Amino acid sequence: MNKLKVLIVDDEQDLVSTLGERLEMRGIQTQVCTDGICALDIMKKNPPNVVVLDVIMPGMGGLEVLDVMNSMNIKIPVVLLTGYGSKKKGEEGIKKGAYDYLMKPMDIDELISVMKEAINSNDPQENGN
Amino acid sequence: MQFQKLRDFISNKFFVIPEASSSPERYKALRRNITILMLFVTIIPLALMATINYYQYKNSLQSEVINPLRILTNKTKLSFELFLEERISTLKFITSAYSYEELNDENIINDILIVLKKEFDGFIDIGLIDDKGIQISYAGPYSLEEKDYSNQPWFHKVILDGDHISNVFLGYRKFPHVAIAVQSYSDDSCCWMLRATIDTKKYNELIAAMQLEPLSDAFLVNNEGILQTRSRLFGNELEPCPIEIPVGGGETNIIEATDNEGNEIFIAYSHFVDTDYTLVVVKPSSLILKTWFTFRTEIFFIFVGSVLIIMIIVFKLTDIQVNRIRQAEEKHELAFRELEHSQKLSSIGRLAAGVAHEINNPLAIINQKAGLLQDILTSGSGSSNSERLLKVTQSIVQSVDRCSVITHRLLGFARRMDVEYEELDINEVINDVFGFLDQLALHRNIKIERKLDDSLPKISSDRGQLQQVFLNILSNAYAAVDEGGSVCVESYPKGEENICIAIKDDGKGMSKEEMSRIFEPFFTTKIGYGTGLGLPITYGIVNKLGGKISVDSEEGIGSTFTICLPLKSKSIKIENNE
Repeated sequence: MNKLKVLIVDDEQDLVSTLGERLEMRGIQTQVCTDGICALDIMKKNPPNVVVLDVIMPGMGGLEVLDVMNSMNIKIPVVLLTGYGSKKKGEEGIKKGAYDYLMKPMDIDELISVMKEAINSNDPQENGN
Repeated sequence: MQFQKLRDFISNKFFVIPEASSSPERYKALRRNITILMLFVTIIPLALMATINYYQYKNSLQSEVINPLRILTNKTKLSFELFLEERISTLKFITSAYSYEELNDENIINDILIVLKKEFDGFIDIGLIDDKGIQISYAGPYSLEEKDYSNQPWFHKVILDGDHISNVFLGYRKFPHVAIAVQSYSDDSCCWMLRATIDTKKYNELIAAMQLEPLSDAFLVNNEGILQTRSRLFGNELEPCPIEIPVGGGETNIIEATDNEGNEIFIAYSHFVDTDYTLVVVKPSSLILKTWFTFRTEIFFIFVGSVLIIMIIVFKLTDIQVNRIRQAEEKHELAFRELEHSQKLSSIGRLAAGVAHEINNPLAIINQKAGLLQDILTSGSGSSNSERLLKVTQSIVQSVDRCSVITHRLLGFARRMDVEYEELDINEVINDVFGFLDQLALHRNIKIERKLDDSLPKISSDRGQLQQVFLNILSNAYAAVDEGGSVCVESYPKGEENICIAIKDDGKGMSKEEMSRIFEPFFTTKIGYGTGLGLPITYGIVNKLGGKISVDSEEGIGSTFTICLPLKSKSIKIENNE
């Protein structure tokens, strides 16, 4: 299996950089960005295996990013990050095609396992392509 | 102007209830005022009608009953007067038809007596009396010739008035009789008089002709109050009459009096014009007013009965009306307060949600930073310093976890405004609520005992609403116990359909009166700082969730609130049915 490639999208620069660094330390290749447009750009140019996407961001939020991905037919599995109060938004995201959602502050091991599950669930499709 | 003043007075007195007064007193005053007004407007016209009816009937009855008595008395008096007048006229005719000398003839005077007896009732004897008062000629059953009447009062009265009718007297004959005398003059202007006696049999006949009822009485009495005829009630002739008859007046009068036995009587009396007789008719009131008394009793009972019925209806109606007003006002007030309360909670909830959400982001950063530090430390060489740092970072991560629990709880509580049914573990809900109150219990040294049955099935209910229910009851329990007191929460199954939660404290407890009112809106024992809404809202929520809440308390011992909830709430069942 190739090295896992993850795109982390959150408006908190500190969070994405720290999370990225920690994932790198676990042998996961990470790309980070702090807004939806940049995320979509990366997805087009250098598609990751999985996207970790914050739901609430200034400008284009996570749900809008999912909409654009759907309209552009980008089939990359997405794990959403939400606050506890935004549980509904997480569920809404699943309807829009996200694999699952995690509530902040999340545990890194839990995040990695959910990411892997997301990639696995997406594999047959990729194989089909 | 006066009407306006009266209207203002009534509306101020009866309808303006001071808002400041406490609720039960306000409704008591309202109930009292409405009752007084309703009784006033119903009983006053009734009483007026009854009084008018009473007097009208009395008047008409009196004119119907008393007038005939007056007429009868008057008629009988006239009969008496006619009888006596007739006798006087007869004597006057004899004195005109016969001369003194002729009448002095024994044969002639005897013939006259025979004719008188034959043609007129009552004559006993007849005598001629000269100007000296000596009876010089006499016809009759006694030997009264030469009898001297000059000292008799009637003799002088005849000389003065020309004629005279005496009172009844016994005289020499020892039986009641009346003497009548008329004066005449001879050609030589010498005065003489003709005197006759008549018995009183005719008097009794005239009275008998009145055809009075057995209990009534009629008699003649003279001005000295001596009975002239026999009275059924007051004795025989010539005995004094015990009742006093007013003197004077020619017409017939009727007075009310009381007889010797205390019975009320009507006395009709009429004075004779030419003699000092008075005809008296006595009738017991009971006889005359028998129908009146019956009517009076009937009207009294009808009035009292109607008043009683009116009072019962007024009291009942007022009670219903005031209760309705109270319920409506309480409902309105409760709805308003509930709205206010939920709006307040909703804003607090929104604020809490905002704060919690905002805190989550920095928490996530702290969490990741601490995690990174841990990662670095675990990947590096294990010096004693790095071990210490590892412990520090672990402690940071643990604190972040605690913060995260707090924010989750806050958000969970804020969400309670949205009614949501879910499968939930009641013990978990209770533990969540205890989480909010832990610090309070710690500060006040309250012992908390949890006897939660772990085997309880999950129930379908609303987590947020239940949280509020337990928060309210537990807050009350904490407030009721003294420092160092204890609160015990027990959950247990009840039958197959319900589970119950009993919250027991050893606080000051409640009186029976307080206990019966604690679920009423605005009733509070925490004077000054209680809203009186916590338990009514709790009661409303439990009811809405299909459950039941009950309380048992004893003053000085403590209180126990028991909430029983169905495994499936009603609304869930309805949804399922749909």
